[in-house]
Amino acid sequence: MTGTDLLTISGLTKAYPGVVANDDVSFSIKPGEVHALLGENGAGKSTLVKMIYGLVKPDSGTMQLHGQPFAPTEPRAARAAGVAMVFQHFSLFEALDVAENIALGMENPPPMRMLAKEILEVSETYGLPLDPYRLVGDLSAGERQRVEIIRCLLQNPRLFIMDEPTSVLTPQEVGILFDTLEQLKEEGTSILYISHKLEEIRTLCDSATILRLGKKVATCNPREETARAMAEMMVGTTLHQPERTPHATSDVALELKSLSIPSANPFGTSLKDVTLNVHRGEIVGIGGVAGNGQDELTAALSGEMPTAPRDIVFSGLPIGDLGPNARRRLGVLAAPEERLGHAAAPDMSLTENALLTGAIREKLSARGFLNWGATEAFANMIIADFDVRTPGPDNAARSLSGGNLQKFVIGREILQRPEVLVVNQPTWGVDAAAAADIRQALLDLASAGAAIIVISQDLDELMEIADRFAALNEGRLTKAVPAQGLTVDEIGLMMGGAHDMHEAQLHEDASGETAL
Amino acid sequence: MIRLERRPSPSRFWTALTPVLAVVATMIAGGVMFAALGKDPFEAIRTIFWDPIFNEQFAAFSRPQLLVKAAPLILIAIGLSLGFRAGVWNIGAEGQYIMGAICGAGVGLAFYPAESFVIFPLMVIAGGLGGFLWAMIPGVLRVAFRTNEILVSLLLVYVAEFMLASMSLGLLRNPEGAGFPGSRNLKAYPSAHNAELIAGTGMHWGVVAAFVAVIFAYVLLSRHMLGFQIKLAGQAPRAARFGGVNPSRLILFCLGISGILAGAAGLFEVSGPAGQISIDFNVGYGFTAIIVAFLGRLNPIGILLAGLLMALTYIGGELAQFMLGVPAAAIQAFQGMLLFFLLAVDVLSNFRIRIGRREVV
Repeated sequence: MTGTDLLTISGLTKAYPGVVANDDVSFSIKPGEVHALLGENGAGKSTLVKMIYGLVKPDSGTMQLHGQPFAPTEPRAARAAGVAMVFQHFSLFEALDVAENIALGMENPPPMRMLAKEILEVSETYGLPLDPYRLVGDLSAGERQRVEIIRCLLQNPRLFIMDEPTSVLTPQEVGILFDTLEQLKEEGTSILYISHKLEEIRTLCDSATILRLGKKVATCNPREETARAMAEMMVGTTLHQPERTPHATSDVALELKSLSIPSANPFGTSLKDVTLNVHRGEIVGIGGVAGNGQDELTAALSGEMPTAPRDIVFSGLPIGDLGPNARRRLGVLAAPEERLGHAAAPDMSLTENALLTGAIREKLSARGFLNWGATEAFANMIIADFDVRTPGPDNAARSLSGGNLQKFVIGREILQRPEVLVVNQPTWGVDAAAAADIRQALLDLASAGAAIIVISQDLDELMEIADRFAALNEGRLTKAVPAQGLTVDEIGLMMGGAHDMHEAQLHEDASGETAL
Repeated sequence: MIRLERRPSPSRFWTALTPVLAVVATMIAGGVMFAALGKDPFEAIRTIFWDPIFNEQFAAFSRPQLLVKAAPLILIAIGLSLGFRAGVWNIGAEGQYIMGAICGAGVGLAFYPAESFVIFPLMVIAGGLGGFLWAMIPGVLRVAFRTNEILVSLLLVYVAEFMLASMSLGLLRNPEGAGFPGSRNLKAYPSAHNAELIAGTGMHWGVVAAFVAVIFAYVLLSRHMLGFQIKLAGQAPRAARFGGVNPSRLILFCLGISGILAGAAGLFEVSGPAGQISIDFNVGYGFTAIIVAFLGRLNPIGILLAGLLMALTYIGGELAQFMLGVPAAAIQAFQGMLLFFLLAVDVLSNFRIRIGRREVV
């Protein structure tokens, strides 16, 4: 059996101080197989692939590639053995063009013109349209991912590892990516596909290894399992479905009137003519591929990026020119996407971070003098109500895990009884159970009469909690439509379809299929 | 293989211990330097750190000097520390110190020879205002044009030195001084003289102001919203903006307060220990205060102690020059080592050292 497998992993174990990231994990990948690695955040998926890619050295256990012992000491060795990897976070230079970026990652880059030709060839062969001379800074997230994929394909890999590749793509782009992966598979390349999106895995993968808390809990054929069954294997318990009862009223809490603002940085996105009404008791979900104006919209709504006064109206009051604290006084609160350094100060304690946004509404200061006792009590309340796992409020924000800090950040705003709450990526990097808690808290807040805007790249999340849905595409916001009954294709079109869809369409027509 | 591992939270133990460690390392490295210069290292270190306070022969003179030298250092360093915490780098306190002295002394001299109890307070206000306005130049330029306040404030020191030379040769020159550069001596003008409050202690109004500044800064940083915003802006600028901090206002506040304190320090010096505006009136307190601020970990109480320690190295350094013939440059190098070692051992409060085989991460 092992003789026919491409990669065999037996008994891999890796421990970090205080946590066993991988505990005796064994599985094998066949040639030409798409193998899913499934698990929650912190289940050990990343550590496992880092060991395969030579970034982390296992404490014990062995790997075999093509039946030969395989123990890469650095990524270069793994690449030489035919292992390629596309990371979730791209390592590209925005100020360089596509070909230059690819040349930077090569041992002996060919002359630029030759390389550009090779890039074009590969991109045509695999249906990944990409112009080698475009600046990476001008590319969408989906196109940047293509740069990374092509960079890997130029090495002719035997095993291709992809870490959460679809989180930055529109549904149509996901379709294009899957066609490429199918093609690679037919050529005999194996793919190790990391994801927690179960439906994707069910359509794409031939087998799946499920990890929970560092241990392998099951290997299964995803086509024969239901998504729910796999989710429960992943989490280890039955999942709590958020309960929702629509409470939307006709009472408009927040209005955006043709809001246009130029972006503060050269590779950012300017907001163009954004118009939206949010009613009390309603959750409006804003989808869109990352980098289409989400950060700018959050900044405009939180008050960090002031606008013309009448562009943003709260209960009839123009608030566009008010700063964050003036808006907090009125009850318009926000939680930005980046937890460390934006929503929270990494080196400050949780108590100090509670003060960061809570000072005004929780009356934690009087004439400028701080009431540390009340502030600590507020921090303790957030920790207790939102089940933040930490030894106490004196701990620095950076010592918390991403999910715990996210619960703290969201809890801090919800407990201030906002009238309008804007959250950007509320469950990004949060495990399934904590994500369900956060979504439930948002639903409860809405049913208590708050108007909520949830900006997220997780469409499943938006469909689960939003009453109405709108999408951001290159800084423009579509009309908000009722979320119930929206199809994936409709959502994809709202998000702007695939970038370079035209070329992709041509390619797919040639192969006898139709897109959309 | 030695490896640094980031601590989840900064260690309080090491934060407190690193200044002591830096002082010890400075003594060792300084001793080696003195030995290389052909001096007995133990005697040199003892002359610098011990004799000024405990040697009966020198203590009567040098003990009061401790407060006289420490006061301007502490006063200036307290102001600088607020800016440094907020990420506003005022390197030009020396210039603000000079301008404070010129403006304050100028107001005093304008009243000469009238006697009134309001003259000295007016001079203090003018001194603070002079430093404030000089600091507003880099402040306004940064806020309006995004210039770098490090460069602007530093270069303005040299402008201020030219102003000082011009004043002592021109506008403020003593008309009865037989043409020698330098102003009238304020020590001979009772209403403008910043005299010793308790004889033989070195205690003058500048020392009082320094202690008040320490208490003010302590309360500001630990109990006041503005202090919290200062720390926040320095540690996480985006979070500060999200928390409602107006960055421009904060920059102006930090530069303004450090300018006022440096200017006041200049006035207390010119009207007391120095006595007159002269070409070489400034002796580098504004630069040394940067070391004091960091040696004190930007903490008010720490700065108080660091200011006293640094004053000691000044007095002891002079003593060592005088008694042992150590060159002045060696004393300056010695003081520089203190900052160098402090920054080097600083890494211990945020990282722990692991010795052993490197792990691939």
